[in-house]
Amino acid sequence: MDPTSLTPAIAIQNLNHYYGHGKLRKQILFEINLNIYPGEIVIMTGPSGSGKTTLLTLIGALRSVQEGSLKIFDQELGNTSPMQQVMIRREIGYIFQAHNLLRSLTAKQNVLMSLQLHSGSTAIEQQAEAILQKVGLGERIDYYPDHLSGGQKQRVAIARALASHPRLVLADEPTAALDKQSGRDVVELMQHLAKEQGCTILLVTHDNRILDIADRIIQMEDGCLIRNSNPMSTTLTGDRQTA
Amino acid sequence: MKRRVPLAWLQVSRERSRLLVAMAGIAFADMLMFMQLGFQTALYDSNTRMHRSLRADLVMVSPLARTMVSMSDFPRRRLYQALGFDGVAAVDPVYMESRPWRNPDTRKEEGILVLGFNPERSIFNLDGVNQNLQQLKLPDAVLFDQGSRGDYATTLAKLVEGQVVQTELNQRRLKLVGLFQVGASFAADGNVITSDQTFLRLFPDRQQSEVSAGLIRLKPGVDPLQVAQAMQTHLPNDVRILTLDQFAELEENYWKNNTPIGFIFSLGTAIGFVVGTVIVYQILSNDVADHLAEYATLKAMGYRDFYLLGIVFQEALILAVLGFIPGYGIAAILYSLTRGATNLPLFMTLGRITLVFMLTLIMCLISGAIATRKLRSADPADIF
Repeated sequence: MDPTSLTPAIAIQNLNHYYGHGKLRKQILFEINLNIYPGEIVIMTGPSGSGKTTLLTLIGALRSVQEGSLKIFDQELGNTSPMQQVMIRREIGYIFQAHNLLRSLTAKQNVLMSLQLHSGSTAIEQQAEAILQKVGLGERIDYYPDHLSGGQKQRVAIARALASHPRLVLADEPTAALDKQSGRDVVELMQHLAKEQGCTILLVTHDNRILDIADRIIQMEDGCLIRNSNPMSTTLTGDRQTA
Repeated sequence: MKRRVPLAWLQVSRERSRLLVAMAGIAFADMLMFMQLGFQTALYDSNTRMHRSLRADLVMVSPLARTMVSMSDFPRRRLYQALGFDGVAAVDPVYMESRPWRNPDTRKEEGILVLGFNPERSIFNLDGVNQNLQQLKLPDAVLFDQGSRGDYATTLAKLVEGQVVQTELNQRRLKLVGLFQVGASFAADGNVITSDQTFLRLFPDRQQSEVSAGLIRLKPGVDPLQVAQAMQTHLPNDVRILTLDQFAELEENYWKNNTPIGFIFSLGTAIGFVVGTVIVYQILSNDVADHLAEYATLKAMGYRDFYLLGIVFQEALILAVLGFIPGYGIAAILYSLTRGATNLPLFMTLGRITLVFMLTLIMCLISGAIATRKLRSADPADIF
């Protein structure tokens, strides 16, 4: 199947972004053009201050688009109301550098916080338990974050992000606070669950040890997308399937 | 119905020490409000118990009358003039004077309110008085209020046994021959009821023709307000005609307006309210600050601001309820201790429980509203 015939999960055209006002106004993103297709795992790298996180927060509807076009699932984010932004956020799973779990809630309750936003199924307790089983925390569903290791917490965060089957997962340095083995486990888990659910992943990282899970690596520098390293973009889907 | 994670409750209950501090603060504020409001009501109630025990539809007083311990006199013939009005069944003069007497137990001078009336027929709805009308006809015989404040234990014990206790007032001997129950007030530590004849002997400076108050009883079915208005119009303006309720209100208003007591208790209540608000605000704003990153995460996940506002307000309500319960309990204990120590009519009423609970809710909601301002700084774009 030719991926270019699909509607991109993320479609960005001529995106510019600025911080500050007046004389202090500083351009952060310059003419970003990027398409990410459903099912792709894309890693974005680049030095700090290059605008990766800004781009990620724009894609995540956590920041308002100023100039250019940014479409998520064919919905333009340029002119969305705050309420529409909230609805788009619900379609996205976020994984943060710090796990950002709610300390007063158990692992299961943290996952439920995500699941209960998506009405429909009534068996959300079972769903939460099932996804925690999948991330290998079946024994610790009623543990509080304070009683979990760094890797375990990040796995709860992944369970929370993926529990509601989002079509897009955004991750910012998910392995930064983890040792080599836990980091590896965490990204493989993400990769595995994402393939299973067929969702798109955009992952920002400095961690060279995990670059191999990507279908495509893009690089940011000084607010520009300098490399869209996808030598076989036309055979992307086939390439990924043989990998 | 889908069960939701009770986030507010979990946040509040997870931090035990913070919860205990909050509960203690709110309980203290509630206790303060209960005590102040209780004292305020007790003040007014205790000062009108004697008024409400009078058998009268209308009361004639001097325009200068302010409270039962400072009534001012007016001519008794005004009362007899009142007898000529349509609808009036009977009139009775009452003499009142507040002086020190010698406490029979301690032999010390203590304040007492003396009321004199003609014992031919009772003007009080007091069993102790009505059963002892014959005794009161004897010279120097008085009845003593067993609710009086002070060291009267021996006297009361003797009177209960039926003995006669002797003491002095204005260097005249008088005999305590019986008991009745009204209770001490802020104005008078105790009450004594006697005949008009004994009263005039005790206070030679008082004259029979100058009375402190006149009790007017109306025939059945007559409108007291109408008669009062007619009397006020036709009688000289050296008297005022009040209904019994207005007479009690006169006393209440005196303590409300002409003394700082009412103001002090209102201020005390307000202080309790402010202290509670500050404490709850501190607790809630710390709580919001501690969970700011978590709240920003919830916003990123797609929770609306409205949900987070709801969490803070729910936390405020939970604290209000959890703090109110011990506050109520402590106040109830203090009420009974105070009642035992002072004979003040300090009772927990449903009205006051409701009022303090409402004040607690308002207190916590105000704190919650201020604390939610911090929520705005929870920006989901900052947590990446």
